[in-house]
Amino acid sequence: MVHSQPIELDAALTILGSSEPQVVAGGTDVYPAMQPGLEPAAFLDVTRIQGFSEVRQTEFGTRFGAAVTWTDVAKAELPQAFDALKQAAREVGSLQIQNAGTIAGNICNASPAADGVPALLALNAEVEIASKARGRRSVPLGHFIKGVRRTALEQDELVTAVFVPKMPTGMRSAFEKLGSRRYLVISIAMTAANILLDDRGRIAEARISVGSCSAIAQRLSALEADLVGQKPTAIKITADHLAALTPIDDVRGTGAYRRAAAEEQIQRAITRAIEI
Amino acid sequence: MNMRSKGTSTKFRLNGEDKAAPLVSGMRLSELLREQLGQRDVKIGCDAGDCGACTILIDGAPVCACLTPAHQAAGREVQTVQGLHAGDPVAAKLTQSFLNHGAAQCGICTPGMFVSAVALLRDVPEPSEAQVQDALGGVLCRCTGYRKIIDAVMGAPAVAFVSSGQVGDAIQHLDGAEKLFAQTKYGDDVAPMGCIEVLVVRSPYPRAAFEIGDLEGFAKSAGLEAVLTAADVEGENTFGVIPGFEDQPVFAEREARFRGEAVAALVGNRQTLRGIDPASLPITWSERPAAQDIEFAQSDAAAELHNGRDKNVMCGGFVTCGDPEVALARASVIVEGRFQSGFVEHGYIEPEAGFAKLVNGRVEVHACTQAPVMDLEGLERVLGLDRFRIRIVPTAVGGGFGSKLDMSVQPYLALAALKTGKPVRICYTRTESMQSSTKRHPSDIVLRIGAEKDGKICGFDFRGNFDTGAYASWGPTVANRVPVHASGPYRIADYIAESKGIHTNNPPAGAFRGFGVPQSAIAQESLFDELADKLGVDALEFRITNALENGIPTVCGQVFAQGVGIKACLEALRPAWAEERAAVEAFNATNATLKCGVGVAGGWYGCGNTSLANPSTIKSGIRADGTVVLHQGAMDIGQGANTVITQVFATTLGVPVETIERIGADTDVTPDAGKTSASRQTFVSGNAARLSGNALRAAILERMNIAESATLEIGKGEIRATDAAGARVLDLSALDPDAEGYVLRAEESYDPPTKPLDKNGQGYPYAQFGYAAHLAVVEVDTALGTIKPIKFVAAHDVGQAINPMLVEGQIHGGIAQGLGMALMEEYIPGRTENLHDYLIPTIGDIPRIETIIIEETDAHGPYGAKGLGEHVLIPTAPALLNAIKHATGVRLHNVPAIPSAVHAAMKEGKRNE
Repeated sequence: MVHSQPIELDAALTILGSSEPQVVAGGTDVYPAMQPGLEPAAFLDVTRIQGFSEVRQTEFGTRFGAAVTWTDVAKAELPQAFDALKQAAREVGSLQIQNAGTIAGNICNASPAADGVPALLALNAEVEIASKARGRRSVPLGHFIKGVRRTALEQDELVTAVFVPKMPTGMRSAFEKLGSRRYLVISIAMTAANILLDDRGRIAEARISVGSCSAIAQRLSALEADLVGQKPTAIKITADHLAALTPIDDVRGTGAYRRAAAEEQIQRAITRAIEI
Repeated sequence: MNMRSKGTSTKFRLNGEDKAAPLVSGMRLSELLREQLGQRDVKIGCDAGDCGACTILIDGAPVCACLTPAHQAAGREVQTVQGLHAGDPVAAKLTQSFLNHGAAQCGICTPGMFVSAVALLRDVPEPSEAQVQDALGGVLCRCTGYRKIIDAVMGAPAVAFVSSGQVGDAIQHLDGAEKLFAQTKYGDDVAPMGCIEVLVVRSPYPRAAFEIGDLEGFAKSAGLEAVLTAADVEGENTFGVIPGFEDQPVFAEREARFRGEAVAALVGNRQTLRGIDPASLPITWSERPAAQDIEFAQSDAAAELHNGRDKNVMCGGFVTCGDPEVALARASVIVEGRFQSGFVEHGYIEPEAGFAKLVNGRVEVHACTQAPVMDLEGLERVLGLDRFRIRIVPTAVGGGFGSKLDMSVQPYLALAALKTGKPVRICYTRTESMQSSTKRHPSDIVLRIGAEKDGKICGFDFRGNFDTGAYASWGPTVANRVPVHASGPYRIADYIAESKGIHTNNPPAGAFRGFGVPQSAIAQESLFDELADKLGVDALEFRITNALENGIPTVCGQVFAQGVGIKACLEALRPAWAEERAAVEAFNATNATLKCGVGVAGGWYGCGNTSLANPSTIKSGIRADGTVVLHQGAMDIGQGANTVITQVFATTLGVPVETIERIGADTDVTPDAGKTSASRQTFVSGNAARLSGNALRAAILERMNIAESATLEIGKGEIRATDAAGARVLDLSALDPDAEGYVLRAEESYDPPTKPLDKNGQGYPYAQFGYAAHLAVVEVDTALGTIKPIKFVAAHDVGQAINPMLVEGQIHGGIAQGLGMALMEEYIPGRTENLHDYLIPTIGDIPRIETIIIEETDAHGPYGAKGLGEHVLIPTAPALLNAIKHATGVRLHNVPAIPSAVHAAMKEGKRNE
């Protein structure tokens, strides 16, 4: 087994282009998944690549380096539209996990219950990807995650950053997580809501996403469209609005329960998002 | 580019010193610290970031060492708990605070808790409760119920005080400092680095025939030292804990009866074993239809797991008195219900682990255990060795709760040491610990209870079936205990209770805090609330009306002239009951979605074995230099036997605890103080310690010819005794020491007086019972079905609190486990075999607990003390379920009451309205 811990992105991409190392950052998903006798032959540690641990805000938006930890996210000074993301950051596992686990790791692990994904979807996050052979590309997060433990990442590609385009001024957000205990818990259902009100206090723009209720966390576009123009205190959610959700029965809860919980969470997230 | 490969080294600061450690790529930092740098203060509980025991600081930030790639330490400042103790004023203060609250019980989570807390306190010197919870939320504790940890971190006023440690004194744990400084050695801490290891090969199926191919050949080509199979078991290839029920093989032969059952073991060096994919072994599996629930297991379609156990019924228990049928026919109101619960995992943070070596032709096993002498007897049987060729030296135990009563790693260690002639080591992974260790029995209980108009119970009919899994373990004990206890601590003249243990292709269900009684209490205490409702009487007063009293026979016909404390426990809840119910009414009047409720439940627990001999022996002695030695063989698994037994002994002898040197369990030098189970150590071993202290004192007084009331000072080679006539001195150096170096010694046994049960379960099963009543307040989010416990008030009759701080610690811990069982815990083979799918309560899940200690002294207990290890848990789940009913109007019949289930039940309840 070998490991490399490059400082330059180019070096990392060279390694990725010529071998099949296990990419590791916080290790919070890599180690629990390791099976005896099936350890990877090589590790590529991305935590010391230049820029990978930076949160940068420009006039175009906010760029989270791939190895930005959830603690970094929670502590970053960000507009209110990021409140759901910051709340989610505080719900990822425990403080120990938040101190190590990274934003790119969370999306690359592609768990249906990834705590960071709903809030990033509601932020219209884009995943920045680089490879030695084909250079850089950017993929909307909704297209990046392809299924349970499956992403759009090619073997020679590395996620370099998660980019959130500039949010409308005044947009607010909130995150709801439901589990059977307080800490260190895999979500039964979770919801992020980003809401912009018009000057009459009606919803001008809504972005609602729900996790743990389908193989990939979902934006509820039909609901989002119908919410526009409504008073946030009197919204109606129909079965059609939740049609994108395909919650399953498992040890954490039934599909029917997840659907009901998501509906309740949407109401609560919207209410909390607009609370001052 | 910064490229490293095998053979290079990582340079970093460890606890203030420069270190350069050779690096195997991909290695976890926990592995580097423990196995290459000897930093065994970093504890491993799960290797998955689920328990936080391995928490360390990297550049001041807490992370799990088990998830950190070792190479990431390069150039950084790494601190383990031992490093924090070196000169950090925050750590020094926190250490005292932990000790003054008894915040470390078994101590296995303490390093993780402590490191996390120091990181918090450096940033926030005076944290709020919520800040403490957020900071410590990633570290699981199974013993304390977290409240004392919160108090310790918040710097609440000390509970412990400095004294000579007499009975009744809340002194610090006598072994507390070594736990805080992380010097205590647990099962995986004793083996030398580089020692060869044992890896057990387990069945991936609940039931499968298997054939082992050329495993020896595999071992040879893989560079292993040895393999072990059933063929290597020289004695009987069966073990068990109940005579006549030794049915569990060390290695299964031909067919595995549960997922996780051992079929072979590999012995070799650590790295080689880690590199073996179990699927690559030459073992052919043929899965067979498995019986995974008790209904199917009793059907004709199910195969018999054990010859002669027809319909897979292992055994049963039965108690009856009066005429329950006639009484139920006469009753004014009747309630009935069916209640079910699943497997519950003990969830100690220390997985089973140990070390063995051959010494002068004898095999020595150093492992975590609750029952060293039972381990010795079990090994005698499976090794076919004379018992004098076996020595059991228990390590510290990082939590047990019943499961470490059974042998786990011991046979594999002993067999591997004997076969290779080398020292060997083993540590179960979290998953194999969960797959292979015993569980709480799933239950399926049907209960009918009647009552008269005046509120008196009139007829009680209980039928309980328990899933005992693939092997007997403590199943017979559960079957016996449940009918004796299913009445609860109440006066019931007409009673029938029948229990059955059923084999399935599930993990063996065994002993777990309460032996089936927590399950039966759910049924009985839930239906008591339903009865009270039907009668229109107050639920607490209903229980007080029916409470057992001195002079009233139990359902076994046992009459206690004294010591029945349930009424005092229930009455102690009256003020909180009135206050909390009023508060809840006010809250609910103004809240639509959140609804609060208050519930109450009682419980009792017979201390010691049921109608069986159950002795403890305690040896003590005085050396020529004046050292008083106590051979304290009662395994301390976190409950505090090291402290409590010493307090009893010191009080009787008449010396301060700090003058006593403790020698722990060791089958070569310390007599058998029995197993740590059945709430028996304070009672039974406490009595043996009292008798030993008495005998030693009597020997001193006789030799010095001085009055019984004399005060003793022992030390510096002499005993100084003072009575009304003045002081006398005994020069100990003038006495001849015996082979063990004692110039004076005593060894005394105690066996509680019981009488056998007849065919109707009538007799004197226990010399004493402990009693308990819990009040629980919950907040239910009716839209999501989530339950948030808000507060507990817990009244426990312990006869005499030997150490009130430790009593509180037991109560808190019992409540946390009862809460887990009620609200979140269910072990499902193949589904919840780790600590992120199997959930135990975190520090954010346990609310404030007010404890009320009732001391209804017991004639048999040492200084009147009763056991309490089990009744601390028994009322918790039903109190919560009754609170949920109060809040929502919905009666839950199954635990765990996970949000999904509560939500469904509320929907169903609405539909039926």
